[in-house]
Amino acid sequence: MSAPETMAPRFRSGDEVAVRSAYPVGHVRTPYYIRGKRGVIERLCGAFGNPEELAYARSGLPRQPLYRVRFLQREVWPDYGGNPQDTVDVEIFQHWLESAA
Amino acid sequence: MPHDHDHPHDHATTHRHPLRPDQDDTLTYWRAMEVAVRALLIDKGIVTADEVRRQVEDMDHRSPLQGARVVAKAWADPEYRKLLLEDGGAACEAIGLDRGPYKLVVVENTDAVHNVIVCTLCSCYPRWLLGLPPDWYKSRSYRSRVINTPREVLKEFGTSIGEEVVVRVHDSTADMRYLVLPRRPAGTEGWSEERLAGLVTRDSMVGVALARNP
Repeated sequence: MSAPETMAPRFRSGDEVAVRSAYPVGHVRTPYYIRGKRGVIERLCGAFGNPEELAYARSGLPRQPLYRVRFLQREVWPDYGGNPQDTVDVEIFQHWLESAA
Repeated sequence: MPHDHDHPHDHATTHRHPLRPDQDDTLTYWRAMEVAVRALLIDKGIVTADEVRRQVEDMDHRSPLQGARVVAKAWADPEYRKLLLEDGGAACEAIGLDRGPYKLVVVENTDAVHNVIVCTLCSCYPRWLLGLPPDWYKSRSYRSRVINTPREVLKEFGTSIGEEVVVRVHDSTADMRYLVLPRRPAGTEGWSEERLAGLVTRDSMVGVALARNP
């Protein structure tokens, strides 16, 4: 059986997720500040080649679902001083997300 | 000629400033890399020098005027605004603009929400709508501070957001590109799209400013 070209989406808008606390070397597009934080799926953006593979001239397959995940600023930065409802939305690939429901 | 500068010179000879070295001749590592790769691509017949120059010309032609057309049309035409928020690329194409190489996400400012865009990892920016990003957008200072103190950074741009308004920062980390749809200024009822576009600035479409007042 050959590997799929595109991974199926595991999450839907509104799902609670947590970003993996992982620190692999290489070209990673999950910012440090958001690793280990909990947020909510804002939308599925589609599936895109995995940048951690593409950066080294590999195929990037299977494509990974990419989500916009919304985090409360006070969740990300404990001393955040603005409106408690202020948010940061970050694009995160599915293989960096775990269910936090 | 005033003699208030501090370099020594002979008053008996013609006044000449000391030679200052050119500042455009630093062959940095990355500059050498670009020159070498470009030369190789041309030598191997993959691109021509004409094509490279044409791409630079095309890039230099892109400017916030494209984004301003999109915003002004969304202000004037509710159907277009709906399309823009649902499918940014299709909305660009609908008025004859480039669809862009990335998926466009348009985020709308309202009286309850203010949006601001950053790319904390590098400098991702909707270049086909706004042209090249300004230097401050690429600076470590903007990227590292707007993400956790957006209200303070917006104040540095002269933009004060009320405490009751929710601020949403959008970190452009992967394959989306973002455009802020600013609020339409009051007192512009009945204006043409062309006239409205004159109020839409680059900074208002990044979200560090509001659209101009008439």
